[in-house]
Amino acid sequence: MRSPLELVGAQPGPAFTVTLDGREIEALPGQTVAAALWAAGVTSWRGTRGQGRPRGVFCGIGVCFDCLVTVNDRPNQRACLVPLHPGDAIRTQEGTGHDD
Amino acid sequence: MVGAACAWYAGRAGLDVILVDRGPVAGGTTGAGEGNLLVSDKEPGPELDLALLSGRLWGELAREFGDAVEYEPKGGVVVASSPDGLVALERFAEGQRAAGVAAEPVAGDRLHDLEPHLAPGLPGAVHYPQDAQVMPALAAAHLLRASAARLLTGHTVTDVLRAPDGTVRGVRTDRGDIHAPAVINAAGTWGGELAALAGVRLPVLPRRGFVLVTEPLPRRVRHKVYAADYVADVASDSAALQTSPVVEGTAAGPILIGASRERVGFDRTFSLPAVRALAAGATRLFPFLERVRAMRSYLGFRPYLPDHLPAVGPDPRVPGLYHACGHEGAGIGLATGTGHLIAQALTAKTPDLDLAPFRPDRFAEEAA
Repeated sequence: MRSPLELVGAQPGPAFTVTLDGREIEALPGQTVAAALWAAGVTSWRGTRGQGRPRGVFCGIGVCFDCLVTVNDRPNQRACLVPLHPGDAIRTQEGTGHDD
Repeated sequence: MVGAACAWYAGRAGLDVILVDRGPVAGGTTGAGEGNLLVSDKEPGPELDLALLSGRLWGELAREFGDAVEYEPKGGVVVASSPDGLVALERFAEGQRAAGVAAEPVAGDRLHDLEPHLAPGLPGAVHYPQDAQVMPALAAAHLLRASAARLLTGHTVTDVLRAPDGTVRGVRTDRGDIHAPAVINAAGTWGGELAALAGVRLPVLPRRGFVLVTEPLPRRVRHKVYAADYVADVASDSAALQTSPVVEGTAAGPILIGASRERVGFDRTFSLPAVRALAAGATRLFPFLERVRAMRSYLGFRPYLPDHLPAVGPDPRVPGLYHACGHEGAGIGLATGTGHLIAQALTAKTPDLDLAPFRPDRFAEEAA
């Protein structure tokens, strides 16, 4: 299958490494957390507050707050908006993402 | 909310009720508030009496609807920001106690027993156990559903029908006439427009307020917590932007941060100065909020009457017309008492409270 990158003839800069719950995945310059997770085959990274149901990207444009994720220890980031940088630590999030 | 409460109490009094709304349920100010059921911010007088009556009625409703409407009898904590402010606050509370309010002084070194995350060094507070909270859109919807009222949403009232002698005969809507011997104006911030359709003046003006909504958090704010300055802001007549921090957790997790007041008509433009002031004020009370994300804000228009009292009861100028609007920022809290009093007036019972201070024609002399 052809990827969107091929369809638009994109020539992205060199890939770099970030981590998802400690496991290394690749990201491209300019990619959001959500894009990198999708590219890595991950479509769900949050459990809802009430029943722990799986959530990932819904609106993809920063409106619905469904794709919340913890990045570099900061919870409740919108994965669809936050651009990645080399070494970023992404963690899947349960509940409110806060400890107490 | 006030309309829903009128429908509920009138229905329980045995009356047939049709509720007409040009928008959806809770589409106006009801859906834009915090769901405050407060006695703490009211000085002794008719509004406090209405708040105490309403609080008791909310407590009764809560036995039936409590969980569904997120009723929380959480209590309020009013925090002074200076030693002088504390003296004034305690004097204010003393007057309230004489009027039947439970108001317990809290020394500065006991504040963290009530609210562990409050900023250090605050001089003291007053705890008001009677303050409570509901989720207003749910409250309006559940009350309406449980009432026997017929609900006509998306119907705009275009006229108040009157007999040749001036008596109310019903309303005209953009989708047909509705005949009724009594019409209750529960149009909130737009109550002045509805009164004008009946040929009377009721000077309801919009007073804009913003609310900031944080990301969902574990319960860190237990009460409704606000700065003592809020009481002065509520009572003020200024048109300029005023903010005083009001902070409360919700059942769903986000913390709501109010409260701003400004008279700018029905301008729905986002105001960065207003929400910035809200955030700064809330962070002064609860420093942990500095590291919490605000997800969004919303705004609404409080229905404001010049003397800060609502219009409740029959309009002597138009037989058959009743008013239940103009509750400013207290409409959710005061809805139950208002609905109860309106039902008593409709069924010719002696109302539990004297309606004279709420007379809708009290502004008539000011008419241009």
